[in-house]
Amino acid sequence: MPFVGHQPPPIFKRGPAPLARLFAFVAICLLLLVADLRFRYLEVVRHALSVVTYPLQMAAATPADFVGNASRYFATLIEVQRENAELRRQQLSSGERLLRFELLAQENAHLRGLLDMSRRVEVKSIAADILYNAPDPFARKVILDRGAQQGVEAGQAVVDAKGVVGQVTRVHPVQSEVTLLTDRNQSMPVMVVRNGVRGVLFGSGHGRLEMRFVLADADIREGDQLVTSGLDGVFVPGLPVANVVGVGRASDAFARIDCEPLAAIETSVQVLVIGRTTYPPPPPPPQDQLER
Amino acid sequence: MQSTHRSSRILLPVKLWFVYLSLFLALGLEYVPSGRVPGVPDWMALVLAIWCVREPLRIGMGVGFVFGLLVDVGQGAAMGQHALAYVVLAYLANAAARRVLWFPLLQQAVHLFPLFVLSQVLMLVVRLLAGAKFPGWWYFLSSLSSALLWAPLSFLLMLPQYQPVDRDDNRPI
Repeated sequence: MPFVGHQPPPIFKRGPAPLARLFAFVAICLLLLVADLRFRYLEVVRHALSVVTYPLQMAAATPADFVGNASRYFATLIEVQRENAELRRQQLSSGERLLRFELLAQENAHLRGLLDMSRRVEVKSIAADILYNAPDPFARKVILDRGAQQGVEAGQAVVDAKGVVGQVTRVHPVQSEVTLLTDRNQSMPVMVVRNGVRGVLFGSGHGRLEMRFVLADADIREGDQLVTSGLDGVFVPGLPVANVVGVGRASDAFARIDCEPLAAIETSVQVLVIGRTTYPPPPPPPQDQLER
Repeated sequence: MQSTHRSSRILLPVKLWFVYLSLFLALGLEYVPSGRVPGVPDWMALVLAIWCVREPLRIGMGVGFVFGLLVDVGQGAAMGQHALAYVVLAYLANAAARRVLWFPLLQQAVHLFPLFVLSQVLMLVVRLLAGAKFPGWWYFLSSLSSALLWAPLSFLLMLPQYQPVDRDDNRPI
């Protein structure tokens, strides 16, 4: 192979042969890949290296910011007025609902106190802007402008005005990475609002979502709304997620349920990061260990 | 060194700080958030391949590995994904350097195009094995634009070496 196999004559010593070095490097890369993708061991290394790359990233993001801001600056006055009127209308309607919500929350707390039940989950929220789509073409992720310094934690839910957009998967000091609901590796425990049927919602890689592990004879119809169930102990329960758009009951044991996300997942700009203030206690050990 | 082996013009030796500066600039370009626009060239692969072909004794797999890791961290990709692709690219570009430099710039680009495609295929295979979704055929447009930029960028990066040895104050450039 004259193209790739050319070796220097042995009088010019240059360390190990290129082919040997290639194999060494490839082996290291494969080890890194397995450690990162399979076991998630390398978050520390990632954080350390991101200290080096962060200034470059900021510098690189500046021109994109500038272009985005310029287009916003040159938006016409009429558009802004229309948007303003729309927002006022929305605020009025949501304000009225908020008033009732306050009343209901108080009533709920009172009744729960009477019944001696545990309190509902306390929620904290952080407003954030989506800076840009993560450049990795294999996943659907976005970068937020809030990070660990503002109290963002991995695992928190990210919502826009209509519903859940995704989940925080990686937190940097002043930025964080959100995996969108539509990512193929993203899943979320949900339940049907109408009757409380539980399942797990998976992304499909394109716009739709799929609810899996629901028995074929479960009571689910087109148009049902899905909310987070909070059973994982990570998400806040009750956040609207998706609408059921199609139910297929093949011969399988599980139904095939297609859903459409409620939030404008690919287009939303302002989002809210929502997390629990306290986490539930760890689950008890399995039953057979207790009996012994 | 000459601009190509057929050329009779002798270039100044390359300055190592300029090589690393161009690599870091490419790293910065790699971080520019372009969203999901297809066909954005892989700047890092391009500049790395240029120096691997021009300076095979100095720039090689080690540099490719380190900058690959930096790209991985900045892009939020799997750790080692770009490193693997760049190590293989650097090895092949090093090995092809003696042959490629006999050709003019445009034909060099034809030689390098398969290497860019191979590095992208490696990344694709790694991510598909890890359970990602196939991003679509437009993904390979990036190799094409990298190859198209080979000639202009090579010329640009060689410009400092084109300066004459003796400084002539009457010469405009």
